[in-house]
Amino acid sequence: MFRFFKRSAPEKLVQLNPAEIPQEPSAVEPREPVTSAADQTEAATPTPLPADAEPSAQRPEPLAQASEPAPPSASSSTESESAFFDPAVAFAEAFEVINAEKAAAEALRPASLRERLAASSESFRLKLGSLFDRNPKLDENLLEEIETALLTADLGVAVTTDLIDTLRGRIKRRELADAEALYEGLRADLLAMIEPLAAPLQIDLEAKPHVVLVVGVNGAGKTTTIGKLAKHLKLNGASVMLGAGDTFRAAAVEQLKVWGERNDVLVVAQGTGADSASVIYDALQSAKSRKVDVLLADTAGRLHTQSHLMNELSKVKRVMAKLDPTAPHEVLLVLDGTTGQNAVNQARQFHQAMGVTGLVITKLDGSAKGGIIFALAREFKLPIRYIGVGEKLEDLRSFEPTEFIDALLPARTPPPETS
Amino acid sequence: MFQNLTQRLSQAIERMRGRARLNEEHVREGLREVRIALLEADVALPVVTAFLDKVRGRALGSEVLESLSPAQTLVKIVHEELVSLMGEEAAPLDLNHAPPVVILLAGLQGAGKTTTAGKLAKHLQERARKRVMLVSCDVYRPAAIEQLKTVAEQVGAMCAPSSGDEQPAEIAKRAIDQAKRQLADVLIVDTAGRLHVDQEMMDEVAALHAQVQPRETLFVVDSMTGQDAANSAKAFADVLPLTGVVLTKTDGDARGGAALSVRHITGKPIKFLGIGEKSEALELFHPDRVASRILGMGDVLSLIEDVGRKVDQDKMQKMATKLVAGRGFDFNDMREQLSQMQNLGGLTGLLDKLPGVGKMSEQIKGKVDDRQITRMVAIIDSMTKKERKFPATINGSRRARIARGSGTQPSDVNQLMKQFQQMQKMMKKLKGGGMKGMLKGLQRRFPGGGGMPPGGMFGR
Ligand SMILES: Nc1nc2c(ncn2[C@@H]2O[C@H](COP(=O)(O)OP(=O)(O)OP(=O)(O)O)[C@@H](O)[C@H]2O)c(=O)[nH]1
Ligand SMILES: Nc1nc2c(ncn2[C@@H]2O[C@H](COP(=O)(O)OP(=O)(O)OP(=O)(O)O)[C@@H](O)[C@H]2O)c(=O)[nH]1
Ligand SMILES: [Mg+2]
Ligand SMILES: [Mg+2]
Repeated sequence: MFRFFKRSAPEKLVQLNPAEIPQEPSAVEPREPVTSAADQTEAATPTPLPADAEPSAQRPEPLAQASEPAPPSASSSTESESAFFDPAVAFAEAFEVINAEKAAAEALRPASLRERLAASSESFRLKLGSLFDRNPKLDENLLEEIETALLTADLGVAVTTDLIDTLRGRIKRRELADAEALYEGLRADLLAMIEPLAAPLQIDLEAKPHVVLVVGVNGAGKTTTIGKLAKHLKLNGASVMLGAGDTFRAAAVEQLKVWGERNDVLVVAQGTGADSASVIYDALQSAKSRKVDVLLADTAGRLHTQSHLMNELSKVKRVMAKLDPTAPHEVLLVLDGTTGQNAVNQARQFHQAMGVTGLVITKLDGSAKGGIIFALAREFKLPIRYIGVGEKLEDLRSFEPTEFIDALLPARTPPPETS
Repeated sequence: MFQNLTQRLSQAIERMRGRARLNEEHVREGLREVRIALLEADVALPVVTAFLDKVRGRALGSEVLESLSPAQTLVKIVHEELVSLMGEEAAPLDLNHAPPVVILLAGLQGAGKTTTAGKLAKHLQERARKRVMLVSCDVYRPAAIEQLKTVAEQVGAMCAPSSGDEQPAEIAKRAIDQAKRQLADVLIVDTAGRLHVDQEMMDEVAALHAQVQPRETLFVVDSMTGQDAANSAKAFADVLPLTGVVLTKTDGDARGGAALSVRHITGKPIKFLGIGEKSEALELFHPDRVASRILGMGDVLSLIEDVGRKVDQDKMQKMATKLVAGRGFDFNDMREQLSQMQNLGGLTGLLDKLPGVGKMSEQIKGKVDDRQITRMVAIIDSMTKKERKFPATINGSRRARIARGSGTQPSDVNQLMKQFQQMQKMMKKLKGGGMKGMLKGLQRRFPGGGGMPPGGMFGR
């Protein structure tokens, strides 16, 4: 089954200075995972935070954002005079900002391909179309059919067009004998795009804890993924702790506590309204002192366009580094598999803000095909750690590129003699 | 990454022959670009195809309006068709029924049902003065019941109890009784998220529907959804007699093609937009905005309309004549411009209407201070008639007096003078185009000539 762990190479060892490790477990986390909502306010004394962790009881408002340098006011600069008179200048500036943002979205270093997971036996199966159950001519109609399959699987216009153009070129050059060959060629092209992404989570058992920070837009499946991941890790013999960093959404803490209870792992929480960075700091401290192998830190869902909330995430990262400069060891971006082209923007913005190290694609148990990963593969090369195929504890799978493509394009059955 | 539609269409068809009517070639090439734009916005492919068929019929042979290019004409037609397809503006909830009127929310996992339940409660309490009760029939998701209870508390609505080991239909039945006893006008029933391919769960929600007989059955859908929106909408519409749609998470930068897919497949009106996580973040649906966003044009079209409507054409004409006649641009004219600008909601108002800008450039907005306009008007108002007419006469001591009179600093007056000179130059260049001219100037700044800023905006 799943083999997650690899003893880390010696140079990766995190040398813990014993003096830094509190001798007593932190007093703040509940001993037992609790599910009752009445307990929302328990464990209220947060550990004092490092200097730059300004506690904030509420989700920061965009305007209350203090850390952003204020843009020069209209009256104080000459350039703003023209901004005043000439909307065109203001707009042009706006679009310069946009372009700069685009340019800043740097390409990603692919994670080194490590041990691949053994294929999960109970792999997911999606309903397949019957695109290829005849033996059609190699013509535009066929290409159009393929185009339809790719577009409806969310591959997007750009990726689809490139794939189709490649096929068209091969047909022209008479490199393809029949539909069978075309089909295999296409599958190979698709596979080549996503095969390098198969790289499951690696846990550095020396890190104690190996910190996994889970981020993503609202409702993508972060908390559920943490619940499932905790089980997998435990099954593989790791000790796990959860940090309830979603201090915003109603009952988010309770939700994580239920997952903690199901897995019989400790959940460090302070309740709704607490400062997210402070909770996660606490959790890290506690995990360190208990020498827990893995800390899974939940965060509130946030849209990637909300810069104040993205800053809040960066703060979580900063604060964590005070306790362990190597933390977080993994920043997992959870993407909803039913999402369309917007997933690319999500990945870009989260990556820019947080340095994402891996992806989880959820909700692939429905009829969505998750074709967005091809566009993602092109732009980011971020490894796909897992896929989510349901709401239960056991519904987490390793990412298997071949299976994924099987779901996208049906394995070809021998064609009946038609056409 | 994405070019905007008008630019694309311009590149595709502007060089073609025939400018009086849209010919077959225009339409074929143009609609190819429209297809791409819609797909990039995540409109489901079958819906794209159906939509294009419709547009094709109308566009062929259409007259190209004076002042518009063939590309702009086609965009206009596409936009209009899209708006009409998106359905009614702000379709109201039907609450005409003996209380408690039941509203059932259904949809995929994580779409935003529970959050929307709270928002609707708040909306109905505040706008329609209803007594609202909420009940959770989500017996699956961890802490779902707790979540709804918290949401209810946040908005001050009643909440009927439920527990994880009951059947959803039982919970709902009891909630209706309780709603009657506690004189609730409206009962909002939250349900578990479910996949449309999960037959058992779809049966469950159908049974729940039969049990509670809702007046409104709303399909809650995430605006970031891709092609699959068509499949899920169809499956939900098949088992539930939907009465409307709520499109959530529109506060992001998704182009929101799912809105068109769902609308087309279900035929039901989109009633609300979710525009944030908080309980007040609910908006009535405006078809034109969503349509523009899908096409990646933001509200540029409505901006242009606004300018046409609100700018006083007469005054502009007078000013133009005056300028052409060689008489100078003076402070009276400047004041006129400033108040026109104020009529349009100031520069921030203009910026808000432009796609992308509203979201991305708080920075830019920071540079635009509409109080400045007010201040400038005050300064001009402190000038004498003669000063306004002959700006050259405004010397140092006059400036000091004007500053005092308008409660500003002499430096402000100096700045205004500088701005005046700039504007004077600009007005000469524009030869009296006024506000419209400014917009044209703006359009010129963006390559492509289509008149709209580049970039799919929402699909950055
Ligand atoms: N079918 C299916 N549902 C899933 C999967 N993963 C998560 N979900 C469901 O999606 C919904 C949202 O999941 P959460 O884990 O709460 O998502 P989240 O990202 O933590 O949400 P927020 O914290 O509100 O941003 C829940 O109903 C989950 O049960 C999956 O792989 N398949
Ligand atoms: N930004 C934004 N977030 C939203 C909006 N509507 C809901 N959300 C967030 O989306 C996430 C999921 O919302 P829920 O209300 O829990 O979704 P649900 O459909 O009840 O989820 P399940 O019950 O698990 O199926 C939460 O984090 C909400 O805060 C919206 O309009 N904008
Ligand atoms: Mg969560
Ligand atoms: Mg819910």
